[in-house]
Amino acid sequence: MSRVPLPYSPKILELFKNPKNAGPMEDATVRAEAGSPVCGDVIVIYLKVNEDEVIEKASFESYGCAANIAAASILTEMVKGKSLRQAWMVSWKDVAKALGGLPSVKFHCGVLAVGALRRAVRTYYEQRGQKPEWLPEKPTLEERHALEAEELAEASARRLGVEGG
Amino acid sequence: MVPYFTELAYGNPTITHKPGWMAYETIQRASEELSRYVGAHTPEEVNFTPGETEANNLAILGAALANRDRSRRIVVSEIEPLSIIFASKLLERHGFEVRKAPVDGEGFVDLDALSKLVDEQTVLVSISAVNHEVGTIQPLKDAVETVRDGNSETLFHTDMSDAYGRIPVNVADLDVDLATFSSYKILGPRGVGALYVREGVKVERLLEGQIGTQRLWPGVENVPLIVGFLKASELVFRDFEANVEHMRRLRDRLMDGILNEIPNTLLNGPRERRAPDNVNVSFLGCEGEALTIEFSLKGVYVSSGSACTRRMLQPSHVLTAIGRKPEEAHGSILMKVSRTHTMEDVEYVLKVLPEAVERLRRLSPLSKFGGG
Repeated sequence: MSRVPLPYSPKILELFKNPKNAGPMEDATVRAEAGSPVCGDVIVIYLKVNEDEVIEKASFESYGCAANIAAASILTEMVKGKSLRQAWMVSWKDVAKALGGLPSVKFHCGVLAVGALRRAVRTYYEQRGQKPEWLPEKPTLEERHALEAEELAEASARRLGVEGG
Repeated sequence: MVPYFTELAYGNPTITHKPGWMAYETIQRASEELSRYVGAHTPEEVNFTPGETEANNLAILGAALANRDRSRRIVVSEIEPLSIIFASKLLERHGFEVRKAPVDGEGFVDLDALSKLVDEQTVLVSISAVNHEVGTIQPLKDAVETVRDGNSETLFHTDMSDAYGRIPVNVADLDVDLATFSSYKILGPRGVGALYVREGVKVERLLEGQIGTQRLWPGVENVPLIVGFLKASELVFRDFEANVEHMRRLRDRLMDGILNEIPNTLLNGPRERRAPDNVNVSFLGCEGEALTIEFSLKGVYVSSGSACTRRMLQPSHVLTAIGRKPEEAHGSILMKVSRTHTMEDVEYVLKVLPEAVERLRRLSPLSKFGGG
Protein backbone atom coordinates (compact mmCIF):
# COMPACT_ATOMS: atom_id res chain seq x y z
CA MET A 1 0.00 0.00 0.00
CA SER A 2 1.31 3.36 -0.90
CA ARG A 3 0.43 6.74 0.47
CA VAL A 4 2.63 8.69 -1.92
CA PRO A 5 0.81 11.94 -2.72
CA LEU A 6 -0.83 11.70 -6.11
CA PRO A 7 0.62 13.98 -8.76
CA TYR A 8 -2.39 16.20 -9.40
CA SER A 9 -2.19 18.75 -12.19
CA PRO A 10 -2.76 22.45 -11.40
CA LYS A 11 -6.01 22.20 -13.40
CA ILE A 12 -7.36 19.46 -11.10
CA LEU A 13 -6.49 21.45 -8.00
CA GLU A 14 -8.04 24.60 -9.45
CA LEU A 15 -11.29 22.81 -10.30
CA PHE A 16 -11.29 21.17 -6.88
CA LYS A 17 -11.00 24.58 -5.22
CA ASN A 18 -13.42 26.36 -7.54
CA PRO A 19 -15.55 23.79 -9.31
CA LYS A 20 -17.70 25.03 -12.16
CA ASN A 21 -21.33 23.92 -12.54
CA ALA A 22 -21.50 22.39 -9.05
CA GLY A 23 -24.85 21.58 -7.51
CA PRO A 24 -28.17 20.08 -8.48
CA MET A 25 -30.22 21.65 -11.30
CA GLU A 26 -33.86 22.37 -10.58
CA ASP A 27 -35.02 22.56 -14.19
CA ALA A 28 -32.93 19.66 -15.48
CA THR A 29 -34.31 17.66 -18.39
CA VAL A 30 -32.49 14.58 -17.21
CA ARG A 31 -30.46 13.39 -14.22
CA ALA A 32 -28.27 10.31 -13.94
CA GLU A 33 -25.75 8.99 -11.45
CA ALA A 34 -22.86 6.57 -11.40
CA GLY A 35 -20.73 5.00 -8.69
CA SER A 36 -21.41 3.90 -5.15
CA PRO A 37 -20.81 5.41 -1.71
CA VAL A 38 -19.22 2.10 -0.73
CA CYS A 39 -16.40 2.72 -3.20
CA GLY A 40 -16.14 6.32 -2.09
CA ASP A 41 -17.15 7.84 -5.40
CA VAL A 42 -20.49 8.93 -6.75
CA ILE A 43 -21.08 11.39 -9.60
CA VAL A 44 -24.50 12.80 -10.49
CA ILE A 45 -24.92 14.61 -13.81
CA TYR A 46 -27.78 17.01 -14.58
CA LEU A 47 -28.49 18.13 -18.16
CA LYS A 48 -30.84 20.79 -19.51
CA VAL A 49 -31.49 19.77 -23.13
CA ASN A 50 -33.40 21.92 -25.68
CA GLU A 51 -35.65 20.71 -28.50
CA ASP A 52 -32.70 20.55 -30.90
CA GLU A 53 -31.12 18.01 -28.56
CA VAL A 54 -28.44 20.51 -27.59
CA ILE A 55 -27.18 20.65 -23.99
CA GLU A 56 -27.90 24.17 -22.77
CA LYS A 57 -26.70 23.61 -19.24
CA ALA A 58 -24.92 20.87 -17.36
CA SER A 59 -24.17 20.52 -13.65
CA PHE A 60 -22.89 17.87 -11.27
CA GLU A 61 -22.75 16.65 -7.72
CA SER A 62 -19.82 14.60 -6.46
CA TYR A 63 -19.06 12.50 -3.44
CA GLY A 64 -15.46 11.65 -4.04
CA CYS A 65 -11.85 12.68 -4.15
CA ALA A 66 -10.36 15.79 -5.73
CA ALA A 67 -9.96 14.03 -9.11
CA ASN A 68 -13.57 12.94 -9.01
CA ILE A 69 -14.81 16.49 -8.40
CA ALA A 70 -12.50 17.93 -11.07
CA ALA A 71 -13.46 15.29 -13.68
CA ALA A 72 -17.17 15.85 -13.17
CA SER A 73 -16.73 19.61 -13.26
CA ILE A 74 -14.66 19.72 -16.45
CA LEU A 75 -16.99 17.29 -18.21
CA THR A 76 -19.97 19.57 -17.57
CA GLU A 77 -17.93 22.40 -19.12
CA MET A 78 -16.94 20.27 -22.12
CA VAL A 79 -20.47 19.22 -23.06
CA LYS A 80 -22.17 22.58 -22.66
CA GLY A 81 -23.43 23.70 -26.10
CA LYS A 82 -22.84 20.27 -27.62
CA SER A 83 -25.56 18.09 -29.13
CA LEU A 84 -26.32 14.91 -27.23
CA ARG A 85 -24.62 12.97 -30.00
CA GLN A 86 -21.46 15.09 -29.77
CA ALA A 87 -21.53 14.84 -25.98
CA TRP A 88 -21.76 11.06 -26.29
CA MET A 89 -18.47 11.06 -28.20
CA VAL A 90 -16.51 12.59 -25.28
CA SER A 91 -14.32 9.83 -23.87
CA TRP A 92 -12.72 9.48 -20.46
CA LYS A 93 -9.38 10.06 -22.18
CA ASP A 94 -10.66 13.44 -23.42
CA VAL A 95 -11.58 14.25 -19.83
CA ALA A 96 -8.16 13.18 -18.57
CA LYS A 97 -6.47 15.28 -21.28
CA ALA A 98 -8.57 18.35 -20.47
CA LEU A 99 -7.55 17.98 -16.83
CA GLY A 100 -3.89 18.05 -17.80
CA GLY A 101 -3.58 14.33 -17.06
CA LEU A 102 -4.96 12.04 -14.39
CA PRO A 103 -2.79 9.79 -12.18
CA SER A 104 -3.28 6.22 -13.40
CA VAL A 105 -4.95 5.15 -10.18
CA LYS A 106 -7.51 7.91 -10.80
CA PHE A 107 -8.46 6.95 -14.39
CA HIS A 108 -11.68 5.53 -13.00
CA CYS A 109 -12.74 9.05 -11.94
CA GLY A 110 -12.77 10.08 -15.63
CA VAL A 111 -14.51 6.83 -16.52
CA LEU A 112 -17.14 7.41 -13.85
CA ALA A 113 -17.88 10.96 -15.01
CA VAL A 114 -18.29 9.88 -18.63
CA GLY A 115 -20.34 6.88 -17.47
CA ALA A 116 -22.76 9.17 -15.62
CA LEU A 117 -23.04 11.47 -18.64
CA ARG A 118 -23.74 8.61 -21.06
CA ARG A 119 -26.28 7.20 -18.68
CA ALA A 120 -27.98 10.62 -18.70
CA VAL A 121 -28.02 10.68 -22.53
CA ARG A 122 -29.42 7.16 -22.67
CA THR A 123 -32.05 8.02 -20.06
CA TYR A 124 -33.05 11.09 -22.09
CA TYR A 125 -33.93 8.95 -25.13
CA GLU A 126 -35.45 6.14 -23.06
CA GLN A 127 -37.81 8.61 -21.41
CA ARG A 128 -38.95 9.70 -24.87
CA GLY A 129 -39.21 6.19 -26.28
CA GLN A 130 -36.64 7.10 -28.93
CA LYS A 131 -33.61 5.22 -30.16
CA PRO A 132 -31.23 7.18 -32.36
CA GLU A 133 -29.26 4.97 -34.72
CA TRP A 134 -25.90 6.27 -33.42
CA LEU A 135 -26.67 5.20 -29.84
CA PRO A 136 -24.99 1.83 -29.20
CA GLU A 137 -27.35 -1.00 -28.33
CA LYS A 138 -25.12 -2.33 -25.58
CA PRO A 139 -23.64 -0.29 -22.72
CA THR A 140 -20.24 1.17 -23.59
CA LEU A 141 -17.11 0.53 -21.57
CA GLU A 142 -17.64 3.69 -19.52
CA GLU A 143 -21.23 2.79 -18.69
CA ARG A 144 -20.27 -0.73 -17.71
CA HIS A 145 -17.43 0.52 -15.58
CA ALA A 146 -19.71 3.00 -13.91
CA LEU A 147 -21.99 0.11 -13.05
CA GLU A 148 -19.12 -1.87 -11.69
CA ALA A 149 -17.32 0.86 -9.81
CA GLU A 150 -16.82 -1.31 -6.80
CA GLU A 151 -15.44 -4.21 -8.78
CA LEU A 152 -13.19 -1.80 -10.61
CA ALA A 153 -11.77 -0.54 -7.33
CA GLU A 154 -11.00 -4.08 -6.29
CA ALA A 155 -9.54 -4.87 -9.70
CA SER A 156 -7.14 -1.92 -9.40
CA ALA A 157 -5.96 -3.25 -6.09
CA ARG A 158 -5.37 -6.67 -7.64
CA ARG A 159 -3.60 -5.17 -10.65
CA LEU A 160 -1.21 -3.39 -8.31
CA GLY A 161 -0.50 -6.75 -6.74
CA VAL A 162 -1.42 -5.58 -3.28
CA GLU A 163 -3.44 -7.77 -0.99
CA GLY A 164 -5.94 -6.20 1.32
CA GLY A 165 -4.88 -6.16 4.89
CA MET B 1 22.63 16.44 16.04
CA VAL B 2 24.59 18.66 13.67
CA PRO B 3 28.03 18.49 15.36
CA TYR B 4 27.77 14.70 15.17
CA PHE B 5 27.86 14.91 11.38
CA THR B 6 31.14 16.80 11.37
CA GLU B 7 33.19 17.41 14.52
CA LEU B 8 31.97 14.74 16.93
CA ALA B 9 31.58 11.02 16.43
CA TYR B 10 31.73 11.04 12.63
CA GLY B 11 34.08 8.07 12.77
CA ASN B 12 33.17 4.44 12.28
CA PRO B 13 32.57 3.15 15.82
CA THR B 14 34.21 -0.20 15.09
CA ILE B 15 37.58 1.40 14.25
CA THR B 16 40.03 2.19 17.02
CA HIS B 17 40.89 5.74 16.13
CA LYS B 18 39.78 8.79 18.08
CA PRO B 19 36.65 9.69 16.04
CA GLY B 20 35.72 5.98 16.09
CA TRP B 21 35.99 5.83 19.87
CA MET B 22 33.92 8.98 20.15
CA ALA B 23 31.26 7.40 17.96
CA TYR B 24 31.39 4.21 20.03
CA GLU B 25 31.07 6.14 23.29
CA THR B 26 28.16 8.14 21.89
CA ILE B 27 26.22 5.02 20.90
CA GLN B 28 26.94 3.42 24.29
CA ARG B 29 25.61 6.49 26.06
CA ALA B 30 22.50 6.54 23.85
CA SER B 31 21.84 2.83 24.54
CA GLU B 32 22.22 3.36 28.28
CA GLU B 33 19.92 6.34 28.39
CA LEU B 34 17.33 4.83 26.09
CA SER B 35 17.33 1.61 28.11
CA ARG B 36 16.40 3.69 31.15
CA TYR B 37 13.60 5.51 29.31
CA VAL B 38 12.02 2.26 28.11
CA GLY B 39 12.66 0.29 31.27
CA ALA B 40 15.09 -2.27 29.81
CA HIS B 41 17.25 -4.27 32.21
CA THR B 42 20.51 -3.54 30.35
CA PRO B 43 21.72 -1.28 27.51
CA GLU B 44 22.53 -4.39 25.47
CA GLU B 45 18.81 -5.09 25.19
CA VAL B 46 18.33 -1.92 23.11
CA ASN B 47 19.10 -2.47 19.42
CA PHE B 48 19.06 0.52 17.11
CA THR B 49 17.43 -0.02 13.71
CA PRO B 50 16.68 2.32 10.81
CA GLY B 51 13.11 2.81 12.05
CA GLU B 52 9.83 1.34 13.25
CA THR B 53 9.22 -0.65 10.06
CA GLU B 54 12.63 -2.31 10.30
CA ALA B 55 12.29 -2.98 14.02
CA ASN B 56 8.86 -4.59 13.51
CA ASN B 57 10.17 -6.74 10.65
CA LEU B 58 13.16 -7.74 12.75
CA ALA B 59 10.89 -8.69 15.64
CA ILE B 60 8.34 -10.69 13.64
CA LEU B 61 10.59 -12.31 11.05
CA GLY B 62 13.69 -12.53 13.24
CA ALA B 63 11.94 -14.13 16.22
CA ALA B 64 9.88 -16.49 14.04
CA LEU B 65 12.96 -17.64 12.11
CA ALA B 66 15.12 -18.06 15.20
CA ASN B 67 12.47 -20.26 16.83
CA ARG B 68 11.13 -22.06 13.77
CA ASP B 69 12.39 -25.45 14.93
CA ARG B 70 10.12 -25.17 17.95
CA SER B 71 6.97 -24.25 16.05
CA ARG B 72 5.62 -22.21 13.16
CA ARG B 73 2.52 -20.54 14.53
CA ILE B 74 2.17 -16.83 15.36
CA VAL B 75 -0.69 -14.56 16.45
CA VAL B 76 -1.03 -10.87 15.57
CA SER B 77 -3.93 -8.52 16.25
CA GLU B 78 -5.92 -7.59 13.17
CA ILE B 79 -5.21 -3.86 13.67
CA GLU B 80 -1.41 -4.03 13.74
CA PRO B 81 0.58 -1.61 11.55
CA LEU B 82 1.25 -2.86 8.03
CA SER B 83 4.91 -3.58 8.83
CA ILE B 84 3.60 -6.31 11.15
CA ILE B 85 0.64 -7.43 9.03
CA PHE B 86 2.77 -7.75 5.89
CA ALA B 87 5.75 -9.31 7.70
CA SER B 88 3.37 -11.98 9.02
CA LYS B 89 1.99 -12.50 5.50
CA LEU B 90 5.56 -13.11 4.36
CA LEU B 91 5.89 -15.78 7.05
CA GLU B 92 2.62 -17.29 5.86
CA ARG B 93 4.04 -17.61 2.35
CA HIS B 94 6.94 -19.52 3.88
CA GLY B 95 4.85 -22.08 5.70
CA PHE B 96 4.01 -20.39 8.98
CA GLU B 97 0.47 -20.25 10.30
CA VAL B 98 -0.69 -16.74 11.19
CA ARG B 99 -3.73 -16.28 13.41
CA LYS B 100 -5.41 -12.89 13.74
CA ALA B 101 -6.60 -11.77 17.16
CA PRO B 102 -9.91 -9.88 16.75
CA VAL B 103 -10.72 -6.50 18.29
CA ASP B 104 -13.97 -4.90 19.43
CA GLY B 105 -15.63 -1.78 18.01
CA GLU B 106 -13.17 0.48 19.85
CA GLY B 107 -10.06 -1.45 18.89
CA PHE B 108 -9.52 -3.37 22.15
CA VAL B 109 -8.15 -6.86 21.65
CA ASP B 110 -10.64 -9.56 22.64
CA LEU B 111 -8.73 -11.32 25.43
CA ASP B 112 -11.04 -14.36 25.45
CA ALA B 113 -10.49 -14.86 21.75
CA LEU B 114 -6.75 -14.31 22.28
CA SER B 115 -6.61 -17.02 24.93
CA LYS B 116 -8.25 -19.44 22.50
CA LEU B 117 -5.78 -18.59 19.73
CA VAL B 118 -2.68 -19.23 21.86
CA ASP B 119 -1.69 -22.87 22.30
CA GLU B 120 1.42 -25.00 22.77
CA GLN B 121 2.38 -24.33 19.14
CA THR B 122 2.34 -20.52 19.40
CA VAL B 123 5.84 -19.16 19.09
CA LEU B 124 5.11 -15.41 18.98
CA VAL B 125 2.28 -12.94 19.67
CA SER B 126 2.37 -9.31 18.54
CA ILE B 127 -0.03 -6.65 19.82
CA SER B 128 0.72 -2.91 19.69
CA ALA B 129 0.55 -1.04 22.97
CA VAL B 130 -1.32 1.85 21.32
CA ASN B 131 -3.02 1.56 17.97
CA HIS B 132 -1.40 3.84 15.38
CA GLU B 133 -4.69 4.93 13.77
CA VAL B 134 -7.42 4.99 16.39
CA GLY B 135 -5.31 5.48 19.54
CA THR B 136 -6.66 2.51 21.52
CA ILE B 137 -4.49 1.87 24.60
CA GLN B 138 -4.47 -1.92 24.92
CA PRO B 139 -4.64 -3.61 28.30
CA LEU B 140 -1.15 -4.90 27.55
CA LYS B 141 -0.38 -6.38 30.94
CA ASP B 142 -3.60 -8.44 30.75
CA ALA B 143 -2.78 -9.47 27.19
CA VAL B 144 0.72 -10.62 28.22
CA GLU B 145 -0.75 -12.60 31.13
CA THR B 146 -3.38 -14.16 28.86
CA VAL B 147 -0.65 -15.29 26.47
CA ARG B 148 1.61 -16.60 29.24
CA ASP B 149 -1.31 -18.53 30.76
CA GLY B 150 -1.81 -20.22 27.40
CA ASN B 151 1.88 -20.92 26.81
CA SER B 152 4.66 -19.66 29.05
CA GLU B 153 7.21 -20.13 26.23
CA THR B 154 5.41 -17.88 23.74
CA LEU B 155 7.32 -14.68 22.94
CA PHE B 156 5.41 -11.40 23.23
CA HIS B 157 6.23 -8.49 20.93
CA THR B 158 4.63 -5.07 21.16
CA ASP B 159 5.02 -2.06 18.90
CA MET B 160 5.32 0.84 21.34
CA SER B 161 5.92 3.52 18.71
CA ASP B 162 2.58 5.20 19.42
CA ALA B 163 2.80 4.63 23.18
CA TYR B 164 6.32 5.90 23.83
CA GLY B 165 6.15 9.49 25.03
CA ARG B 166 2.36 9.39 25.44
CA ILE B 167 1.72 6.80 28.14
CA PRO B 168 4.18 5.43 30.69
CA VAL B 169 6.00 2.42 29.24
CA ASN B 170 8.26 -0.02 30.99
CA VAL B 171 9.17 -3.18 29.11
CA ALA B 172 10.39 -4.98 32.24
CA ASP B 173 7.19 -4.29 34.20
CA LEU B 174 5.07 -5.34 31.25
CA ASP B 175 7.13 -8.51 30.95
CA VAL B 176 7.33 -8.34 27.14
CA ASP B 177 10.14 -10.00 25.17
CA LEU B 178 10.37 -7.63 22.23
CA ALA B 179 9.29 -4.00 21.85
CA THR B 180 9.56 -1.50 18.99
CA PHE B 181 10.31 2.20 19.43
CA SER B 182 10.34 4.98 16.87
CA SER B 183 12.20 8.29 16.87
CA TYR B 184 10.03 9.92 14.21
CA LYS B 185 6.86 9.40 16.22
CA ILE B 186 8.22 11.46 19.13
CA LEU B 187 9.28 14.33 16.83
CA GLY B 188 12.82 12.98 16.48
CA PRO B 189 14.62 12.44 13.16
CA ARG B 190 13.37 9.78 10.74
CA GLY B 191 15.58 6.86 9.87
CA VAL B 192 16.13 5.59 13.38
CA GLY B 193 14.22 3.41 15.81
CA ALA B 194 14.97 0.64 18.24
CA LEU B 195 13.99 -2.89 19.06
CA TYR B 196 14.13 -3.98 22.67
CA VAL B 197 15.06 -7.66 22.86
CA ARG B 198 14.96 -9.18 26.32
CA GLU B 199 18.24 -10.82 27.28
CA GLY B 200 18.26 -14.47 26.23
CA VAL B 201 15.54 -14.12 23.55
CA LYS B 202 16.71 -15.51 20.23
CA VAL B 203 16.24 -13.27 17.18
CA GLU B 204 17.76 -13.97 13.78
CA ARG B 205 19.35 -11.10 11.81
CA LEU B 206 17.51 -10.21 8.60
CA LEU B 207 20.57 -8.66 6.99
CA GLU B 208 24.13 -9.89 7.05
CA GLY B 209 27.31 -7.85 7.02
CA GLN B 210 29.86 -6.45 9.36
CA ILE B 211 28.51 -6.30 12.89
CA GLY B 212 29.47 -3.13 14.70
CA THR B 213 27.85 -2.10 17.94
CA GLN B 214 24.40 -3.42 16.92
CA ARG B 215 24.43 -7.20 16.90
CA LEU B 216 21.03 -7.45 15.17
CA TRP B 217 21.60 -4.81 12.50
CA PRO B 218 24.88 -4.91 10.56
CA GLY B 219 26.48 -1.94 8.81
CA VAL B 220 28.03 1.29 9.97
CA GLU B 221 25.84 3.01 12.54
CA ASN B 222 24.24 6.38 11.86
CA VAL B 223 25.43 8.18 14.98
CA PRO B 224 23.79 11.60 14.36
CA LEU B 225 20.35 10.00 14.00
CA ILE B 226 20.83 7.94 17.15
CA VAL B 227 21.80 11.15 18.98
CA GLY B 228 18.68 12.81 17.56
CA PHE B 229 16.51 9.94 18.81
CA LEU B 230 18.04 10.31 22.25
CA LYS B 231 17.52 14.09 22.25
CA ALA B 232 13.88 13.68 21.22
CA SER B 233 13.42 11.22 24.10
CA GLU B 234 15.05 13.67 26.53
CA LEU B 235 12.65 16.40 25.44
CA VAL B 236 9.65 14.12 25.88
CA PHE B 237 10.65 12.87 29.31
CA ARG B 238 12.05 16.14 30.68
CA ASP B 239 8.50 17.06 31.62
CA PHE B 240 6.55 13.96 30.71
CA GLU B 241 3.42 14.46 32.78
CA ALA B 242 3.00 18.10 31.78
CA ASN B 243 3.52 17.17 28.10
CA VAL B 244 0.90 14.44 28.29
CA GLU B 245 -1.55 16.72 30.11
CA HIS B 246 -1.01 19.41 27.46
CA MET B 247 -1.67 16.96 24.62
CA ARG B 248 -4.73 15.58 26.39
CA ARG B 249 -6.22 19.05 26.82
CA LEU B 250 -5.69 19.86 23.13
CA ARG B 251 -7.01 16.45 22.06
CA ASP B 252 -10.17 16.79 24.15
CA ARG B 253 -10.90 20.28 22.85
CA LEU B 254 -10.32 19.16 19.25
CA MET B 255 -12.31 15.95 19.60
CA ASP B 256 -15.25 17.52 21.45
CA GLY B 257 -15.19 20.57 19.20
CA ILE B 258 -15.52 18.44 16.08
CA LEU B 259 -18.06 15.98 17.48
CA ASN B 260 -20.25 18.69 19.04
CA GLU B 261 -20.00 21.36 16.39
CA ILE B 262 -20.04 19.38 13.14
CA PRO B 263 -23.11 17.22 12.51
CA ASN B 264 -22.85 13.64 11.26
CA THR B 265 -19.42 12.85 12.64
CA LEU B 266 -18.28 9.59 14.23
CA LEU B 267 -15.41 9.10 16.64
CA ASN B 268 -13.18 6.20 15.58
CA GLY B 269 -11.63 4.42 18.56
CA PRO B 270 -12.42 4.76 22.25
CA ARG B 271 -13.12 7.90 24.25
CA GLU B 272 -11.53 6.52 27.42
CA ARG B 273 -8.20 4.67 27.35
CA ARG B 274 -7.22 6.58 24.25
CA ALA B 275 -3.75 7.93 23.45
CA PRO B 276 -3.54 11.59 24.53
CA ASP B 277 -2.47 12.75 21.05
CA ASN B 278 -4.96 10.89 18.85
CA VAL B 279 -8.12 12.23 17.21
CA ASN B 280 -9.72 10.11 14.50
CA VAL B 281 -13.12 11.15 13.19
CA SER B 282 -15.27 10.12 10.22
CA PHE B 283 -17.08 12.98 8.48
CA LEU B 284 -20.06 11.22 6.92
CA GLY B 285 -20.89 12.24 3.40
CA CYS B 286 -17.36 13.50 2.73
CA GLU B 287 -14.55 11.61 1.07
CA GLY B 288 -11.28 11.64 3.01
CA GLU B 289 -8.90 12.50 0.23
CA ALA B 290 -10.97 15.53 -0.74
CA LEU B 291 -10.98 16.51 2.97
CA THR B 292 -7.19 16.23 3.30
CA ILE B 293 -6.71 18.47 0.26
CA GLU B 294 -9.38 20.93 1.42
CA PHE B 295 -7.83 21.14 4.91
CA SER B 296 -4.35 21.43 3.39
CA LEU B 297 -5.45 24.49 1.42
CA LYS B 298 -6.24 26.04 4.81
CA GLY B 299 -2.89 25.06 6.31
CA VAL B 300 -4.17 22.06 8.29
CA TYR B 301 -2.22 18.92 7.46
CA VAL B 302 -3.96 15.66 8.35
CA SER B 303 -4.23 12.14 6.96
CA SER B 304 -7.11 9.87 6.06
CA GLY B 305 -8.01 6.19 6.11
CA SER B 306 -9.94 6.61 2.87
CA ALA B 307 -9.25 4.27 -0.01
CA CYS B 308 -8.67 7.26 -2.28
CA THR B 309 -5.56 8.40 -0.43
CA ARG B 310 -3.95 5.07 -1.24
CA ARG B 311 -2.90 3.67 -4.54
CA MET B 312 -4.53 0.36 -3.82
CA LEU B 313 -7.98 1.89 -3.32
CA GLN B 314 -8.80 -0.09 -0.20
CA PRO B 315 -9.89 1.61 3.01
CA SER B 316 -7.80 1.31 6.19
CA HIS B 317 -7.72 -2.24 7.57
CA VAL B 318 -7.89 -0.82 11.10
CA LEU B 319 -11.17 1.01 10.47
CA THR B 320 -12.58 -2.04 8.71
CA ALA B 321 -11.57 -4.27 11.65
CA ILE B 322 -13.36 -2.06 14.20
CA GLY B 323 -16.50 -2.41 12.11
CA ARG B 324 -16.57 0.82 10.14
CA LYS B 325 -18.45 0.48 6.87
CA PRO B 326 -16.48 1.46 3.74
CA GLU B 327 -18.42 4.71 3.35
CA GLU B 328 -17.60 5.60 6.98
CA ALA B 329 -13.93 4.75 6.53
CA HIS B 330 -13.79 6.84 3.33
CA GLY B 331 -14.63 9.97 5.34
CA SER B 332 -12.12 9.36 8.14
CA ILE B 333 -9.49 11.88 9.19
CA LEU B 334 -6.61 11.22 11.57
CA MET B 335 -5.15 14.17 13.49
CA LYS B 336 -2.37 14.06 16.02
CA VAL B 337 -1.53 16.77 18.50
CA SER B 338 1.94 17.14 19.97
CA ARG B 339 3.56 19.14 22.73
CA THR B 340 4.55 21.77 20.17
CA HIS B 341 0.93 22.53 19.27
CA THR B 342 -0.99 25.22 21.11
CA MET B 343 -4.65 25.77 21.98
CA GLU B 344 -4.63 28.54 19.34
CA ASP B 345 -3.72 25.91 16.73
CA VAL B 346 -6.67 23.77 17.83
CA GLU B 347 -9.05 26.75 17.79
CA TYR B 348 -7.89 27.60 14.27
CA VAL B 349 -8.62 24.04 13.12
CA LEU B 350 -12.05 24.18 14.75
CA LYS B 351 -12.69 27.49 13.00
CA VAL B 352 -11.84 26.32 9.46
CA LEU B 353 -13.05 22.72 9.64
CA PRO B 354 -16.84 23.21 9.63
CA GLU B 355 -16.66 25.38 6.53
CA ALA B 356 -14.42 22.89 4.70
CA VAL B 357 -16.70 19.96 5.57
CA GLU B 358 -19.76 21.99 4.64
CA ARG B 359 -18.33 22.89 1.21
CA LEU B 360 -17.62 19.26 0.34
CA ARG B 361 -21.02 18.18 1.63
CA ARG B 362 -22.66 20.83 -0.56
CA LEU B 363 -20.95 19.25 -3.59
CA SER B 364 -22.09 15.80 -2.55
CA PRO B 365 -25.24 14.05 -3.76
CA LEU B 366 -25.42 12.28 -0.41
CA SER B 367 -27.34 15.26 0.96
CA LYS B 368 -28.76 13.34 3.90
CA PHE B 369 -25.46 14.12 5.63
CA GLY B 370 -26.15 17.83 5.61
CA GLY B 371 -25.15 20.55 3.20
CA GLY B 372 -27.11 21.92 0.26
